[in-house]
Amino acid sequence: MQQEVVLAMLAKEPSQGYQLRARLDRALGPLGEAMNDGQVYVTLGRLEKAGFITRRVAAGTSTDRKLYELTPAGQERVTEWLSEVSWPKPDLAEFHLKLIAAAQAGLADPIGIVDMQRRELLRRLREVERAAMAEPEHSDAGLLLEGIVLRLQADLRWLEACERVWTEWRSKS
Amino acid sequence: MNEPEKVLVRAQGLRKEYGREGGLARAVNSVDLEVARGEALAIMGPSGCGKSTLLHLIGGLDRPSAGELWLAGRRIDRLSERELARLRRHEVGFVFQAYHLMDELTAQENVELPALLAGRSPGEARRRARQLLDQVGLAERADYLPSALSGGQRQRVAIARALANEPQLVLADEPTGNLDSAATLEVLRLFEALHAAGLTLVIVTHDERIAATADRLISMRDGTFVDETHLAGGTRGNLVDLAGLGSE
Repeated sequence: MQQEVVLAMLAKEPSQGYQLRARLDRALGPLGEAMNDGQVYVTLGRLEKAGFITRRVAAGTSTDRKLYELTPAGQERVTEWLSEVSWPKPDLAEFHLKLIAAAQAGLADPIGIVDMQRRELLRRLREVERAAMAEPEHSDAGLLLEGIVLRLQADLRWLEACERVWTEWRSKS
Repeated sequence: MNEPEKVLVRAQGLRKEYGREGGLARAVNSVDLEVARGEALAIMGPSGCGKSTLLHLIGGLDRPSAGELWLAGRRIDRLSERELARLRRHEVGFVFQAYHLMDELTAQENVELPALLAGRSPGEARRRARQLLDQVGLAERADYLPSALSGGQRQRVAIARALANEPQLVLADEPTGNLDSAATLEVLRLFEALHAAGLTLVIVTHDERIAATADRLISMRDGTFVDETHLAGGTRGNLVDLAGLGSE
């Protein structure tokens, strides 16, 4: 489990472990099942050690439930992560969670994040197209480049879907 | 350089409305635009966002409801029909998704046609057409009818035709909309060569591949511009990583 994802899910409000887990489940649906509770707690432990979160006992609970909260350093790390453009290893789940975290915590405009990602993908696409145009016809490398072009196009289409959905969300909120 | 030399197209508060009061639809809503000479500009957006209408206004195929429009320093939104027709023949070249070639004419004759209509001599039109077909890599297919050509080849003939009268500006509406991946690449190569030769291009498209090869990309929604991206310039990634060859 990527640390930033857990950190960003905490950005909305201080939460207990099970609340955090529920938030991840909601965001990931069936993909969330692949993740075990242990991973989340191990990640929380690492984040605490790194000084990105603090842990205290939640007030008003009879059992000693732990409440996790972002430190200023954690807050800063989340903001930084939201503005990072991750590619070429396309981690769709990470990007998806980034949009959800940005919206829930009100830290950044999801559409702005989508736009930033789109610009970066278009620049990549441009680079690949230029390489493809420079290839002689029927070259083997041309085929590989075509594969990259098609993957980037698929990613761009998904960004269109992200934009559509988050635009609706924005107009409702 | 003074303005007309640097800026080829300028639009200010450009608007196009259809219908009457009540059912009034604004296809283009207060658009401001400048296209530099030699620039390749792509305009993207969902169908119905007004991008084709905007292209038609710029090319004098349609008239704006309001706003001002200049081409090479000359105001064109108030030209007479005759002057507009002249502008379409001499200043602007059009490329469409469905090619719009004359089925009864050979590739060569299709390319000659605009030059003949513009009053050039048959000999001159023929020479120019041959040279253009050579430029788009179809010299050997000059005598073919469009029906005997592939989609990519037809679009290359259409591009040659658009260049027949040495326009300052080429306007393309979904030029790769009917083409497969390989034919798209042929058209991209051709546009790139024209761009390198200094031609100004405005391309309206759904196709990210064309959009990505432009210098600048404008996103349009509901008749207005919502985003602008300058694409020229470096990226953070590189081809090796994109191909999966990068080390972990």
